Amino acid sequence: MTRAFDIAVVGGGIVGLAVARGLAGRGLGVAILDEGDVARRASRGNFALVWVQSKGLGMARYGAWTTGSAALWPGFAAALRAETGQDVSLAQPGGYSLCLSEEELDRRRAAMMRMHNQPGWEPIPWEVQDHDRIARAMPGLGRDVVGGVFCPLDGHVNSLRLFRALHASALARGATYLPDHPVRDIAPLPGGGFRITTAQGEIEAGRIVLAAGLGNAALAPMVGLTAPVRPQRGQVLVTERTAPFLPHPVATLRQTDEGSVMIGDSKEENPVDEAVGPGVLAAMARRAARMFPVLGGLNIVRSWGALRVMSRDGFPVYDESETAPGAFLVTCHSGVTLAAAHSEVLAPMIAGGGLEDSVAAFSARRFDVPSAA
Amino acid sequence: MFRRLHEGATPLPFTFEGEAVEGREGDSVAAALLALGHDATRETGVSGAPRGPYCMMGVCFDCLVMIDGVGNRQACLVPLRAGMEVRRQRGRRKAGA
Ligand SMILES: Cc1cc2nc3c(=O)[nH]c(=O)nc-3n(C[C@H](O)[C@H](O)[C@H](O)COP(=O)(O)OP(=O)(O)OC[C@H]3O[C@@H](n4cnc5c(N)ncnc54)[C@H](O)[C@@H]3O)c2cc1C
Ligand code: FES
Repeated sequence: MTRAFDIAVVGGGIVGLAVARGLAGRGLGVAILDEGDVARRASRGNFALVWVQSKGLGMARYGAWTTGSAALWPGFAAALRAETGQDVSLAQPGGYSLCLSEEELDRRRAAMMRMHNQPGWEPIPWEVQDHDRIARAMPGLGRDVVGGVFCPLDGHVNSLRLFRALHASALARGATYLPDHPVRDIAPLPGGGFRITTAQGEIEAGRIVLAAGLGNAALAPMVGLTAPVRPQRGQVLVTERTAPFLPHPVATLRQTDEGSVMIGDSKEENPVDEAVGPGVLAAMARRAARMFPVLGGLNIVRSWGALRVMSRDGFPVYDESETAPGAFLVTCHSGVTLAAAHSEVLAPMIAGGGLEDSVAAFSARRFDVPSAA
Repeated sequence: MFRRLHEGATPLPFTFEGEAVEGREGDSVAAALLALGHDATRETGVSGAPRGPYCMMGVCFDCLVMIDGVGNRQACLVPLRAGMEVRRQRGRRKAGA
């Protein structure tokens, strides 16, 4: 017998789970169709920043959407804790991007100004700070740091615990998690709804949300959508655990709630796999040790690579099919930062029947502009 | 309590918690400490519970000690040298120490 659900979410990464949790909280019968344990997931290899300061150059709406999600995060983290007992260790003490030369700092400042001069930009607090000012907040700052940008809205979480808490919360709200159910085909049914062919048989759902990360590229055309996403590899180094000494996250390094320092994160195009390589890792480690020389004496205990889900312009894609009503697409790069918005704002829209104007800017239709010859 | 299979190897003097002790040429620091009867060689960073060398192959990190002033060294991976000053790793290492 074919199992039937109100709504099927394809993909069990943090994006799919955040949406599924929000949908299940609205009383819908939700199925989460996911691959198995060996799937490539950006959600288990990311850097865990809830990050605002660099988001939105090229799309003002993305800046406001990010800021909104960061503002929702404290309540979101508290709700996850109440529902699951998991503490995702959210801290939003403000964060830095640090620059190792005057040119770097000039470029950073110019990018911030361009971002803030965009039409429709909703201002966020930020400032350029010099070495001495940063060193007062971040003892142990390396002499090579000439300055940086501080934004009081930036923070970080424990992202593996976030992943776990999202799972637990979605299940507690009644969602059905179906691992080892990779979706092979989606057929819109004549009378509405969808027949979904998985590796373990067929499932029917009234509506469907594609949240399959890189898998969206192949799935979206089945329901009349496009998902121009590509893999971009990032590598991360992790030190041994030490007593707390970094009170603020930096865009490229942060001390976790458990004491490790994570150093990241490279941006490599056209990756063939998730492998790590000594060239990139060494460059990352060298920069980090210039920012905080004390890092040079710590042991590296782990490193990994993971594939970002990158859209053509780097901004999220939220869409609703015109040809197959009830089919939605939700994908983005900064899925940790946006988890609160996905669960508390986007999911209610989907449950309520459709994406609202406030997220219209994120439609993939923005890519349909013919490029000049 | 562990017993050595072969007693022949050259003795190597070192200190553990400031006390003069002896291992053998070819020992790892962890092996030397276990042979001396020390099966609790660190206190965890979370609860302070006692822990000691477990896997003896570099994966469990339960053998952490301070060697010559450098914290969080994996005793099972460090060959014993004469004159080493070995101490328990008490709680989390402080970066820079
Ligand atoms: C190195 C790195 C650092 C990052 N740092 C940050 C950061 O600091 N802050 C931040 O906010 N974000 C960060 N991100 C981004 C964040 O991790 C991603 O935005 C987020 O994990 C994307 O989640 P996802 O669920 O869309 O994709 P994924 O985690 O990739 O999950 C996709 C899921 O879909 C499943 N799937 C795929 N195809 C199918 C199919 N056909 N049928 C069923 N299931 C399918 C997969 O099995 C998988 O479970 C980082 C990413 C990387 C790689
Ligand atoms: S005993 Fe396991 S790492 Fe040393």
